[in-house]
Parts: sequence; structure tokens; C-alpha cells
Amino acid sequence: MRLPAWLLSDRAGLALLTALTVLAIGVPALNLLLPTDHPLHLSAYTITLIGKYLCYALLAVSVDLVWGYMGILSLGHAAFFALGGYCFGMYLMRQIGARGVYGNSELPDFMVFLNWSELPWYWYGFDQFWFAALMVLIVPGLLAFVFGWFAFRSRVSGVYLSIITQALTYALMLAFFRNEMGFGGNNGLTDFKEVLGFSLHADGTRIVLFALSALALAGGYLACRWLVSTRLGRVLVAIRDSEDRARFLGYRVERVKALVFTFSAMLAGVAGALYVPQVGIINPGEFAPLNSIEAVIWVAVGGRGTLVGAVVGAVLVNYAKTWLTGALPEVWLFALGGLFVAVTLLLPRGLIALWRRREATA
Amino acid sequence: MPSRPLIRAGFLTLALAWLALLAIGPAHAADDAAARTLLAQLREADFSGKTALIEQLAALDHPRIATALKALADSRLYYQEAGNRVVIGSGDGADIAIEDAVSGAALGQISKRDLDRITTNNRLRTLIENRLASLGLASADPEQRKAAVEAFLKNPDPTESERLRARLSVETDSEIKELLAMSLALADLASPDAAVRVQGATTLGGQLRSELRGPLTKMAAEDNDSTAREAARIALARTQFRLQLLGWAETLFFGLSLGSVLILAAIGLAVTFGVMGVINMAHGELMMLGAYTTWLTQQWLPVNWSLPVAVPLAFLVAALVGIAIERGVIRFLYGRPLETLLATFGVSLILQQAVRSIFSPLNRSVASPDWMSGVIALGPLEVTLNRLIIIGFCIAVFALLWLALQRTRLGLEVRAVAQNRAMARAMGVRSARVDALTFGLGSGIAGVAGVALSQLTNVGPNLGQSYIVDSFMVVVFGGVGNLWGTMVAGLSLGIANKLLEPWSGAVLAKIVVLVFLILFIQKRPRGLFPQRGRAAEI
Repeated sequence: MRLPAWLLSDRAGLALLTALTVLAIGVPALNLLLPTDHPLHLSAYTITLIGKYLCYALLAVSVDLVWGYMGILSLGHAAFFALGGYCFGMYLMRQIGARGVYGNSELPDFMVFLNWSELPWYWYGFDQFWFAALMVLIVPGLLAFVFGWFAFRSRVSGVYLSIITQALTYALMLAFFRNEMGFGGNNGLTDFKEVLGFSLHADGTRIVLFALSALALAGGYLACRWLVSTRLGRVLVAIRDSEDRARFLGYRVERVKALVFTFSAMLAGVAGALYVPQVGIINPGEFAPLNSIEAVIWVAVGGRGTLVGAVVGAVLVNYAKTWLTGALPEVWLFALGGLFVAVTLLLPRGLIALWRRREATA
Repeated sequence: MPSRPLIRAGFLTLALAWLALLAIGPAHAADDAAARTLLAQLREADFSGKTALIEQLAALDHPRIATALKALADSRLYYQEAGNRVVIGSGDGADIAIEDAVSGAALGQISKRDLDRITTNNRLRTLIENRLASLGLASADPEQRKAAVEAFLKNPDPTESERLRARLSVETDSEIKELLAMSLALADLASPDAAVRVQGATTLGGQLRSELRGPLTKMAAEDNDSTAREAARIALARTQFRLQLLGWAETLFFGLSLGSVLILAAIGLAVTFGVMGVINMAHGELMMLGAYTTWLTQQWLPVNWSLPVAVPLAFLVAALVGIAIERGVIRFLYGRPLETLLATFGVSLILQQAVRSIFSPLNRSVASPDWMSGVIALGPLEVTLNRLIIIGFCIAVFALLWLALQRTRLGLEVRAVAQNRAMARAMGVRSARVDALTFGLGSGIAGVAGVALSQLTNVGPNLGQSYIVDSFMVVVFGGVGNLWGTMVAGLSLGIANKLLEPWSGAVLAKIVVLVFLILFIQKRPRGLFPQRGRAAEI
């Protein structure tokens, strides 16, 4: 089988896909084949941690698609991530059944606690896996489409768009904090038991979830890579570089933008849906504006407009976060803040640019 | 050594005081005797006799009678066999301190067994309370007169109305006059004559005091005369209407107060974002620095003095940090607004963590000075002083900023650079210096806003974050580059928030306002008052 040209020419992408394949096979192998006391044995905790990074990486890819290729700096992408997470969290919540603290098979614990007598209509259907999986795509996609359609049609762009995307995620955060919304308020959704009948605490389930995350990342990457190599991708770059000119050339800029923004939001939703069963909780804190901005900085660190850079940035920054918040919690925000400043001032094209430059001189 | 004129003045004062005492003394001597006789008779009298005696005592114009009657109501009035006099006891236990009931002279400690208590009952107590109120009505002190009428309003007694009427004819204080008229109208409600009751109800209509509503409601429901019931109903409706108006005025005031906070928070952004086109995500943290500066000044200065010092200090601190941010980061990123946004966000994280590391992650309590606490009445509306002061402060800051931009050399240069950088430079404006100073100005105002915020919310490392989204919304809503737009936007968002709050709750109100703003920006991407011309494109 011959690989298509757009993939063959993408050497960094091939390297990434190889790395993901190695991860997807190697990590479970290191967990399953080696005895627990072997120095190279990976615990289920580590696997989940890497799985989490991969979900973040998929979010970063979705941010890079709209920021790096279309020039839209979304400060609210974590909202789509969190919405995907909530959709899947609702399914996991319904899977608890009668095993909750109150033993009510119809209502999740927090609803019993709030003295609700029946399930709100928007929870219907979430006991079905296929429905929840569909919603993971539809809810963030629909919100992004409606929001994007209106915003792009009235030509809200640049910093204005960034600010209203931030307002969007902020408003959603405030809304989800309310108990009356029916999504668990402050505590969010948690205490999940199983997915499709497999216990979430079993190592096997965790490994499968990890492998699925790697697969989703690879799939998301391929989809984005393919998208930007098509004619549509050229139009995206044209819009980024000169929106007015693209419009004058006859392209329906707002349609292209709304379409790609929606697709990107769906990717973010998938990332959120894979994230939730691995960390075991989703709460309104995920909507915090800081989360969205962090996702943007992953992309900036790796190098925007490269897709591979987004993955590299997400994994590196999050690894540094895990390490620093454990070892030197005081330093983490200094480091993150410094990273923002340093990357924008000194490394505007990200780490990938360093690698490319070396390659070019060699 | 005190100077000679001072000594002379001192002697003169003493002499005058002594003369004054001499003049008053004899006049009291006569009343004293009468008071003593009546008080002594209290001991022997039965309850109906005591009633008459209390009336006579109350009729005496003697300064000690009020104290003595109060003591009688409290069962602290005694007859002392040994001195053949009436005394007032105070304290618990077997031995109590006594004083002469008429002269007030202290007579030392004495065993209770040597005293006869002058008995009283609840009917007498009510009588004494009413008579004391009337005594207060005649007092020279307006506060006591007011208290007396208030007491009547709380516990109306129709037999007192003649006294009130008499007082009304001579009263000069307009506030007490109003209260007296109200009391008389209240007394009229109990009149057997329906026409008088109607008259009373009509007078009371629209009055806001809560004591009046009970009797009126009762009258509207139970009065046997239909015109009287109708009059009471109308009176209540008028009161209700005025209460509603008052409620709206209150909402408006809270809205203005919230709006002025929003304006304070946003107005610095209106300079950096609006005039310079720089997205400064660290704006909230500059406010936080201002608030911490306030806290620091309070560590050195007494609270009452700290705020006037804190305002210029906060301006300075925030302005210096702002200039450092501009020189160190932003100036390399002009023309790249999205990168500026990210870099300044990084700065904001660093500032937050710096404050957290230096001052602790916990909130600091900033005290309010005495002159900012309390409530004052604007007509029937009672407003807290600190909110009023912050509204005034906001106006002052706005006016100063406007003057600085319109009337100073720097302001002129700032506007020139904002309108056309290249042309301004060609005319000899040093645009780099102007950029730094403009950014310093905007940041300094953020610091000043922080001083105001320190009086309203908790001062902690997260103070800035909670305002940043709001302040950007205000600026964008008002129209970038337009100070008046920022003002109108801040006020309308503040009032809208407070109007929605009773209907939907605080959080939902905020969400509704945010969603409205998002929709509004779709409709008018350049805000309420868009800037026109070439400079408008960022």
C-alpha cells in the first residue's frame, strides 16, 4: 500500500505517528509483560498520566488547526473539551445505576441530594453509549457552529473574537457551577464505576482507554493534516494571512471559518470525552479561562501552524507541569508565565522551528 | 507656665458659672420641695392614688422627675426611713448604692433591709412610659423630643394626642413636626368619627414608616365604615407605590455603584486597549497590586489616613510596573495583538504567583476607615457611605483622566500617536516615550481602581482574575478608544446586572449579561460608540 503524497511529504508527522504506534504498543507491553518490581515496569497510574497528556495533545491539535492555520485565537477551546467531557461524564454517571450512595437507579446522587424527583429531559438517552458518543461530537460542534456562524458572519475577528470566546467559556463556567443546571454544580460529575461494563479501576480498561487516546490523537492528527493539505487548507491559510483578500477573491470566508471551527470543536470534544474516564472526574473548573489559554500556550511552545508542534508542546508543557507542581509547586506559575513571555518574545515559531532550522542548515 | 490672659479667662469662666448656679438654685428649691412631698406620698398611696400622684409629678417641670419615674417603673425607687426621704437604688445584692431621688446626690451603700420599696404594677408602668414620653416631648433637646414622638408612633395612645397637638403648634424642628403630624394622624385612626379616621388615613397614605402599615391594614380590613375602609386601602396603595419607587431607586443606586466599580476597573483598559490597541491581560493584576499597596499602607499608617496616601502610591506602583511591562515585553510585540495577549497573560501569572509567594496565598483584610463606614439618607433612600464614596471616586478618576487626555501635552501626544503613529513621529512626537507613558497611565489607573476594590472585595492573589473578563467586556461594549463609551457601557452593564438580580439571582444575571454582550458584539462588532476613520482598524 502506498501512502498518499500529503502524508509522505510530512516527515515530522510520520515521526509522530511512529512514536504514537510505539507508545500504543509499548506502554501496555511494559505494563503487562514486565513484573511489577522491574525498573521499566509502567504502573497504571503512569499510563493514565500519559493518556491524559495525549488527550491534551488532541486538544492542542484542535487549537492549532484554528489558530495556526486560520488565524483565530480561540480563548475558549477548553469549553468544547469540557462539554465533550460532560457528555461522556453523563453516560458514565448513568452507568453507576443503583450503586450510588443513595442507591437510586434512576437519578444520579447529586439529584437525589437536591430532592429532584425525576431526570431532567436533557439527561434522556445518556444511558446509551452510542447516544453519548454522538453527543460528544454534536454538543461542542453545535455550540461552535452557532457561535462561529454568528461571529464570523458579522466579521468579528482578531482580539474581539478572542475576548468573546473567553467570555463564552467564562459564562459556561458560571452556568455549570449552578446546581440548578443539573450537572452536579460545584462537584461536577464523578464517582464513575464502569464504561460499557468494564470497571474503570481495572488496569485493562485503563490500558484500552490509553490506546484509544493514542488512536484518537493519531486520527485527529491525520484528519487535520489531510484537511490542511487540501484546497480548503490553502483557503484557510489565505484567510489567516489576508482575510479581506480571500473574501475579495470570492471565497465565502465565514462559511469556511465556521466549518473548520466546528470541526476543531468536535476534536476538542472527543479529547474531553477520552479525558474524563481516565481522570475520573469532570467539574466546572475545566471551563476556567485559564485552561483555554494554557492550551494555546502548548501550541505556541511547540510551534503553531505545524500540528506536530502542538502535540510536542502539549506533552512537554504538561510533563513539566506534573513535575514542577510536584517538586516545586511555588515555581509552576512563574515557569508557566515565563514560558508565555519567553515563547512569544524569543521563539515565536516554537520548538519545531528550532528543529527545522537545524535540519535546513545540515 | 500659662499666660496671664489665659488665667484671667479661666477665672472669668468660673465666676460666670457660679453666678449661673446661683441664678438657677432658688428657682429649683421651690420645685424640689414640691417634688419631695409628692414622692413621699407615693409610699402610702394605693394604686389609684399613685396614678394621680404620677400625673402630678409629670406635670411638675423638674429635671429629676423623669429619672425618678423611670426608677419607679423599674422598681428601684425606695423610701428610706432613716433619712425620711425617697431614694433611687442601683446595683444587685444585699447592699445597694443609693442616691437622693430629687437632688441626685449619692448617699453611699446601704443594706436593702433598711429601705422600703415603693411598689408598682404594669398599668402604672404603662402610664409612666407615656408620661415619660410626654416629658421627652417638652424637652429642650431635639433628640429627646424625637425619641418621644417615635415612642408614641410605636405604641400609640389616643389620650396623648392633645399633648402632641399642643407640641405641634410650637414645634420648630421640621423633622419633628412631620413626625408629630404623622402621630396625630395615627391617633385619628382610632377616632370614633369616621370622617376623622378617613382624614387620618389620607394623611398617612404614602408614608413609608413600617409602624403605620399595621393599623392601616387593620383598618382596611375591619373598619365598619365603607368610606374609611376605602380610604385606608388607597392610603396603603400609595404607600406601596412609594415603596416600589424606593425599591427602584435602590436598585438604580446599587447599579450605579456596581457600574462605577466596573468603570474603574475598565477605564485603565480603555486607555491601554482603547487608545494604544494593546491587549493587556495583566490589567487585573495591576489592580491587585493597587489593592495590596493599600494593605501595605495600612500596615504603616492609621486606617483613617491610609486611603488618601494609598491612592497616589498605588498609582505610582502600578504605573511603574506597567512601564516595566511595556518596556520589557510589549514594545517588541506592537502590531501583533494576539501575541501581546499571550505575553501579558504570562506576566499576569508571574505577578499573581509573586504576590502569592511574598504575601501568602490567603486573602488580606483591608480595613475601611471610619469616614467611609455608615449609612446616610438621601431623602427616604438610605445608602451606605462607602458605595457613595466609590461612585464619587469613580467620577473624579474619570474626570482627571479625561482632563489628562484632553488638556495636557502628554494627552495630545497620546491622541496623536493613537490616530496616526507615522504622522505623529514625523511631527516630532517621540512615540516610544509616549507609548511607555500611556501604558504607565493606564496601569496607574488600574492601581487606583485597586484601592477602591480593596474596600469592596477580598484582597487576594485572585482579585485581578475575577475582574478581567468584565473589564474587557465593558471596553468592547462601549467601543474601543472611547472613554465616554466605557462610561456608558460600565453604567448600563452595572444597572442591567442589578435589575436582573432580583429576578434571576446574581450568577444567572451575570451569565445573561455575558450572553447579551456576546450577541451584541455579533451585531455591532465595534461597540456602542465605534471609532470612525482609518485609526479604527486594529
